[in-house]
Amino acid sequence: MTAAPPTTRVRLCALTDLVPERGSVALVGGVQVALVRTHDDDVHAIANLDPYSGAQVIARGLVGTRGGRPTIISPMFKQVFDLRTGECLDPIGREPVSLRTWPAAVVDGQVVLETTGDDGVAPSPVGGS
Amino acid sequence: MPEDTAPTASPQHLVIVGGGMVARRLVDALRERDGRGRWAITLIGEEPRAPYDRVALTSYFAGRDPEDLALGGQDLWDDPLVTLLRGVRVESIDRTARRVSTSTGSTLDYDALVLATGSFAAVPPVPGNDLRGAFVYRTIDDVADLRAYVESRREELDRPVSGAVVGGGLLGLEAAGALRALDVDTTVVEFAPRLMPLQVDEGGGEGLARLIEGLGVTVRTSTATSMVVGERGAVRGMTFSEGPDLDVDVVIFAVGVRPRDELARQAGLEVGERGGVVVDDACATADPAIWAIGEVANIGGRCLGLVAPGYTMAEIVADRLLGGGGTFPGADLSTKLKLLGVDVASFGDAFAQEPGGLEVVISDPVAGVYKKLVMSDDARTLRGGILVGDASAYAALRPMVGRELGGDPAAYLLPEGSAPAPTGDLPEETAVCSCNNVTAGRIRGSVRDEGCTDLAGVKACTRAGTSCGSCLPLVKKIVAAELTKSGVEVSTALCEHFGLSRAELFDVVRVQGLTTFSEIIERHGTGRGCDICKPVIGSILASLGTGHILEGERATLQDTNDFVMANLQKDGSYSVVPRIPGGEVTPEGLIAIGQVAKDFGLYTKITGGQRVDLFGARIDQLPGIWARLVDAGFESGHAYGKSLRTVKSCVGSTWCRFGVQDSVGLAIDLELRYRGLRSPHKIKLGVSGCARECAEARGKDVGVIATDNGWNVYVGGNGGFTPRHARLLAEDLDTETLVRTIDRFLMYYVRTADRLQRTAPWIEDHEGGLDAIRAVVLEDSLGIADDLDSAMATHVGTYRDEWAATLADPDKLARFASFVNAPDVVDDSLAYVGERGQARPATPEERSSDSVIIAGTTLEVRS
Repeated sequence: MTAAPPTTRVRLCALTDLVPERGSVALVGGVQVALVRTHDDDVHAIANLDPYSGAQVIARGLVGTRGGRPTIISPMFKQVFDLRTGECLDPIGREPVSLRTWPAAVVDGQVVLETTGDDGVAPSPVGGS
Repeated sequence: MPEDTAPTASPQHLVIVGGGMVARRLVDALRERDGRGRWAITLIGEEPRAPYDRVALTSYFAGRDPEDLALGGQDLWDDPLVTLLRGVRVESIDRTARRVSTSTGSTLDYDALVLATGSFAAVPPVPGNDLRGAFVYRTIDDVADLRAYVESRREELDRPVSGAVVGGGLLGLEAAGALRALDVDTTVVEFAPRLMPLQVDEGGGEGLARLIEGLGVTVRTSTATSMVVGERGAVRGMTFSEGPDLDVDVVIFAVGVRPRDELARQAGLEVGERGGVVVDDACATADPAIWAIGEVANIGGRCLGLVAPGYTMAEIVADRLLGGGGTFPGADLSTKLKLLGVDVASFGDAFAQEPGGLEVVISDPVAGVYKKLVMSDDARTLRGGILVGDASAYAALRPMVGRELGGDPAAYLLPEGSAPAPTGDLPEETAVCSCNNVTAGRIRGSVRDEGCTDLAGVKACTRAGTSCGSCLPLVKKIVAAELTKSGVEVSTALCEHFGLSRAELFDVVRVQGLTTFSEIIERHGTGRGCDICKPVIGSILASLGTGHILEGERATLQDTNDFVMANLQKDGSYSVVPRIPGGEVTPEGLIAIGQVAKDFGLYTKITGGQRVDLFGARIDQLPGIWARLVDAGFESGHAYGKSLRTVKSCVGSTWCRFGVQDSVGLAIDLELRYRGLRSPHKIKLGVSGCARECAEARGKDVGVIATDNGWNVYVGGNGGFTPRHARLLAEDLDTETLVRTIDRFLMYYVRTADRLQRTAPWIEDHEGGLDAIRAVVLEDSLGIADDLDSAMATHVGTYRDEWAATLADPDKLARFASFVNAPDVVDDSLAYVGERGQARPATPEERSSDSVIIAGTTLEVRS
């Protein structure tokens, strides 16, 4: 067992800034992170870069479920990703590529991202307050 | 198919006298089975055309080319073993020499001769039956003469023409339909106490009369015609043995047919007491070289006036000519017809003539429905039935004759959907398609052993459902059951979240008045949806006029294009297409669009639909772009989503030397009428100002082409993966009728098509095809026209430009921010290079080389 790496909490926006079942994009240390508020007010953070098209579009996909798992579907070529794990559930005929996810939580009505600093996003937010 | 296909050195010669549907079926059947070419065939027909679909005479003739009646498989006549002689009559048969002489003076030797001379229409011996304006109803020429006469009479008399049909049987009601289609004020005169006395009972006849009178046809039963009254050699009226006289300008005799057996009589062959060439159950006459099939054949003591037994006889003779032993199994006299748009069906022991029959009757004079089942005395076995006004149960019930129905017989008479229809569990030998004699076993075999996986494949393989089509629902059911058995899942379920099909979902949402996704999925589905069901429900709600597509929860249903009301392009930027109705735009409008493109650094291109497309807009730029476009008088062009795209037009009579109508004006009106209409697939319209068709309207879902007399409307055309030409729906419509027709066509499509199903396959898959759709939109055969009209009126009345509404709503505008935590930071992930003077997305190589990248969409100049 190794100790969990230290994490930093980054406050991104208010929960009410997010439209239920639609993605928004947050810019965290220069990285685009798709934030998705599900119907039951869970918030997920997942990479916005669509690996299949190379465009920053994941947040603009439809949010739903597949076999009970919460999903987001790339608007470009319709690959389906598990919002909790980033796993590609339906690669639409291509090799499955998973998306990076980050732990996200709602604290006092604010959406916060937990980052260890070595997971692709810088420890401090850009913009926002 | 015989395995030995080595060609025969010198084929024998078969001569077929007669050029009707049954004669043609014999040629078809023989060529299909005679792989070795043992028979060369000469078909001699006296009409000037190849065999055609006489059964469809009425439904097809209105304004159509006789070519439309051609039966499929015209390449049959190119077969080197088949000779078709048209416009030739056989004058005599020399049985000793085995030779026929024809009206052209030639002779032909035969090894086998088949008489398929059919019938002629009987004319009752009443005085005046030979006046001008007295017709029979049998051939294309009869119908063409009738039409020409009615049209010229209407001009001469300068008033509406009135007519009578003598005979209220199948043929008479068909003829009445033809007269109604010619806008003739029509009376049907029947000697018997009810209409269709041979097919329906008293109750059915009454129901039928009520329905037909409801369509504006006067019905007089128990009436004998005593004279046709003339004036200057033309029909003017009729008198009857009782009852008042009738003023009419045209009379059609449809009192029955008589077999054309004169050739056989001359040749000394036996004929029946009431006519017809006597044949045994192999269709053979006493002369071993001569056969008779179809309406001229007297088989089992009678002549049969339906095409299905004639087809069976043709198959038997083909079999016998190749050495087989087929025999006539007895006639199925079932009939299902749509006469004047009224469903009538009669099958099995319809009159309960077998002893001990029980009759189950449902009669609803208000709804115009009469249905009767004849059951065995223990009420278990179906013997026959009569359906008037709603014959939807016919396809399922007819094959059940002689079998246990299972369950309450009355349940089968309730409207469709309220009772479980018989399943596909029919015994193998049951005839499902009686026109082509296809059994349930044959259909299952085509799925099981021949790899057919859908209805179209089964039709092509077995010919089931390719003639009258009334068995198609049952064929479909059997195919689905067999596919399921073979482990192929056949489901109309929309996706994992909904077990309903799109059409079913549309209905429940409409009927239950549901307005939110949550309500709909809670009642009818599971989970929280996906990229299939969410846009479908978004589209259904939009079609039902529930307000702005981004209002409340509806925003979650829209695919990215609908969500930002622009079109997602390959690099994640969007394109913008302002509406340019009919392709007509002012110079000021063009300048405004150009200025917007220039200020936002957008790439511009003329679209395939006569509009301007502006590419390379970032999501956060869309409100700014639209603020400018709305200011300049433009509105959303709905280039995104599944909805009306464009109404393409030529310049029409406004500028064109040849244009006969104002195609631009109509295109603009239509585009403004249907703008924003959400549908199962994108829809496009076109309007051409003359037959030169410069707008390519027949390549559109709805195409309108101007004529000297109004507008012709075509439907079901499209480009895309499977391009289709549109087919004629109606002719010479005035503008008001045209718009109503398009309203109904589009709304009916919107309601009933599958997700992403274009109009062409929708029409193909629709039961009864284009004819059935024509009946719905032009004759209101389903009784839903008012509903469709008011749905379209709601759409037109409540339309608001989606972009103008969005610009006025700060909550909606907030969704266009680039980053939720940094709304003022511009997304710098987009990169452009110059090409032909404009910016286009950089390729991955260009991006990594970090060269030639120009500022594109980041050069924003706000006014």
